[in-house]
Amino acid sequence: MREFRSRPRPAWVAGCLSAIVWGAGQGFNRQYLKGLLFFLVGAGSVLIELATGHYGNLGGGFRFRENGGFFLKGIWGLITLGTQPRKMGLSGLTAGDHSIVLMANGIIALFVLLILLFFYIWNIRDAVKARRRLNNTAALHSSLQDLRKLWESMYAYIILSPAALLTLFVCLLPIVFGVLIAFTDYSRSNTPPTKLVHWVGFDNFATVAQVFSWMHTFLGVLLWTFAWAILATITTYFFGFFQAVLLNNSAIRFKRLWRSIYILPWAVPAMISALVFKSMFNGQFGPISQFLLDLGITEDRVYWFTDPSHTYLARILALLINLWLGFPYFMALIGGTLTTVSDSYYEAARMDGAGSRQMFWRITFPIVYKATAPLLMLSFVSNFNNFGVIYFLTEGGSANPNYNFAGNTDLLITWLYKLTLDNRLYNMGAVMSIIVFLIVASFSLLNLRKSKSFEEL
Amino acid sequence: MNRTRRNPAGKMKLLLIYIELIVVALIVIYPLIWIFGSSLGSTKGLANASAIPAHATLDNYKKLFQNTDFPLWYMNTLKVAAANMFFGVLLSTLGAYAFSRFKFKGKKASLLTILILQMFPAFLTAIAVYMLFLNFGLLDSLTGLVIVGVAAQLPYNIWLLKGYLDNISTSFDEAALIDGASRTQIFFRIIVPLAVPMLTFVAVLQFAAPWMDFILPRLLISSEEKKTVAIGLFSMISDPTRNDFTLFAAGSVLVAVPIAILYIVLQRFLINGLTAGGDKG
Repeated sequence: MREFRSRPRPAWVAGCLSAIVWGAGQGFNRQYLKGLLFFLVGAGSVLIELATGHYGNLGGGFRFRENGGFFLKGIWGLITLGTQPRKMGLSGLTAGDHSIVLMANGIIALFVLLILLFFYIWNIRDAVKARRRLNNTAALHSSLQDLRKLWESMYAYIILSPAALLTLFVCLLPIVFGVLIAFTDYSRSNTPPTKLVHWVGFDNFATVAQVFSWMHTFLGVLLWTFAWAILATITTYFFGFFQAVLLNNSAIRFKRLWRSIYILPWAVPAMISALVFKSMFNGQFGPISQFLLDLGITEDRVYWFTDPSHTYLARILALLINLWLGFPYFMALIGGTLTTVSDSYYEAARMDGAGSRQMFWRITFPIVYKATAPLLMLSFVSNFNNFGVIYFLTEGGSANPNYNFAGNTDLLITWLYKLTLDNRLYNMGAVMSIIVFLIVASFSLLNLRKSKSFEEL
Repeated sequence: MNRTRRNPAGKMKLLLIYIELIVVALIVIYPLIWIFGSSLGSTKGLANASAIPAHATLDNYKKLFQNTDFPLWYMNTLKVAAANMFFGVLLSTLGAYAFSRFKFKGKKASLLTILILQMFPAFLTAIAVYMLFLNFGLLDSLTGLVIVGVAAQLPYNIWLLKGYLDNISTSFDEAALIDGASRTQIFFRIIVPLAVPMLTFVAVLQFAAPWMDFILPRLLISSEEKKTVAIGLFSMISDPTRNDFTLFAAGSVLVAVPIAILYIVLQRFLINGLTAGGDKG
C-alpha cells in the first residue's frame, strides 16, 4: 500500500466514469490493471457486436435485421421471430429468417447480456467503493492486492463457475426455450424457414382446454400415468419387501446366492431388459405366444401389446414387467434396513406373546417404512416419468383411436415424446411439458418440505 | 428361530419359502438365459430364438464384429462414458464443496434452482439443445453428448454430494487451514478422499448412463460412425425389415455383462448412495 497524495474527490465521480467507459473509474482510482480488465470485458462485447453484425453498409440507416450483430439482432429476433420467410424469387431461393434459430440466438444473447449487465454493475460499484476507501484511508491498494483479495472472497463462486455455466447454458437455457415454444405456433404445419413462427400468447393452452380430443387424451393419459406411478411403486416396494423378509429368515441357506440372483434385473441395463421382454411378448413371433398356443391354453396368438380390443392387457403386462425390473432395488434396500432393526424389539414382543404376523406389522413394517419413505416418493416421481419401460416395451400400445397420438399405455412423458419428436407438434408438446413439470414439481416440493435438507437451506 | 425347524408346521413353512424363492429365481433368470441362448442361435429370426438353441454357435458374435459397426459403437460409448464419469465427478464434487463448506450470497437461491431444475425431465428440452448445438457446431459429435450428459446429471449429483459432505465434520478442514493449507489443497487432500464412497456411487451412475441413454444420441447423432450402442442396438430390433434379432441378442449380452458385473461388485456402494440420497431429498 502506497500513500495517496492527490486530494479527495467524491466517489460518485469514479462511478460515473466507469458507467460511461468500462474501467475508467478504476483508472481514475489508479488501479490500472483492474481498470484494464474491466475495459477489456466491455470493449470485447462491443467488438463482438461489431464483428458479427454488418456495420459496413449503414447506407439506409441502421436496421436490426440487416445490420445487427450478435446482441442487437439477437434481441430483435427474439421479439419479432423474423419478418421475412424464405421465398422463391427470380434468382432462386431468398435467404429467409429462420424463426427458431432466431429465437435460440435471442435467448443466448439475452443470457450473455444479463451476465454482462452483472459485470457492468460490478464495475461501477467497484469504482465507487474503491474511491470511498481511498478517500477515507488515503491508502492506495494495488490492483494485484485487490485481485488477490477477490480470489479469496470469491473462492466459492470460482469453483462453482464451471458447473454454473454448464447448468446455465445446457439446462436453464433449453428450459426457457421450451417454455417460450409453448407460446408460439411452431408445429409441423408451420416449419421454418419457409414459414415464420409467431407469438400466439395463451392460444395453445386454450386449445388443450377447449378442444375435446386434446382434453380427452390429456385426462385419459394423466389418469393412467397416476395409476401407473402409484401401482408401479406399490407393487415393486411390497414385493421387494416380501423377498427381503423371506431372505432375512435365519433358516434359509445360501442367502448370498439367492440375493445375487434377485439383484440381476437391477444390474442389467433396463433398456436391454425392456427390449428383451418386448421380443418375448411379440405377438407374431414371440415365444410366449407360441408357448401358450402349443399348450392349447389360447386358440390364437396373443398380441400382448398391440391388440386394441383389450385395453388392460398391455397395461397389466407392463406393470408386471416393471415389477420384474423394479423389485430388486427395493429388496436390496430393505434387506439392508432389516439388518439394522434391533433383536431386542422382537425379544420383548415375543415375551408379550406376539405372533409373527403381529411382530411384522407392529415392529418391522413401521421401522422399515420410516427409513424408506423418502425413497418411495422418489420412486413415485421416477415412475411418473418412466420413459424407458413404456417406450421400449410397448411403444405406448395398444392403440387407442379416441386419443390424439397416444395409446393405452402411453404415459405423459412418452406421449410428449411422440408429440414433439415423432409428430413434430412442438407447441403442444411444450404446453404439455409445462403441465407435467408443474405436477412433478408440486409433488416433489410437498415431499421436500418434510425432509431434513430443506430445513437446513 | 430353531423352533420353526423342529415342528412340522415350521418345516412346511420353510418348504413353501424355498418353493417361492425357486419360482421367483426362475422368473428372474429365464429372460436373461433366453437372451443369452438367442445370441448363440444359428437362425437369425425371433421366431426360432430359444433359451437352449439346437446348434449353439458363436457366429452372431463374429458377425457383430465383422459385418456391423458394433465395435465402433462400443468404443464411442466407452469414450463418452469415461469422459462423462470424469467430468461429472469433478464438476459435481467442486460444486458440492462450494455449497457445503462456504457461505456466499445467492447460495440458497442457487440450491433451490438446482432442485427445481432436477425435476425437469431432460429430454423435454431436447429441441432447444439441438438448436444450441447447431449454433455451436456440436451436432453429431461425441463431445456434445458428454456436455449434455454431464449437465443433465449435474444438479442431482451436486445435491447428493452436498448432502454427503454436510455429514462430514469440518474439523479436518479447519485443522488443515490452521496448518496453512490452501482451500484447493484441502479439496484434493481431505474432501475428495473422505467422499470416496459417494464419489464411487456418482462415478458408477455417470459411467453407466451413456450405455442406455437413447433420446439424446438419437437426436444429436446422425452419422453411422458416431453412433452409441443404445441407438445401434435399438435399430437392430426396431426395423421390421431387418431380421437381426440374434445379432441384437449378442450385442445386448456384450453390453449387459460388464455393466451387470460393475453393479453387482459395487452393490454396497450403490445401495448406500441411494439411501443417503433419499434421506437428503
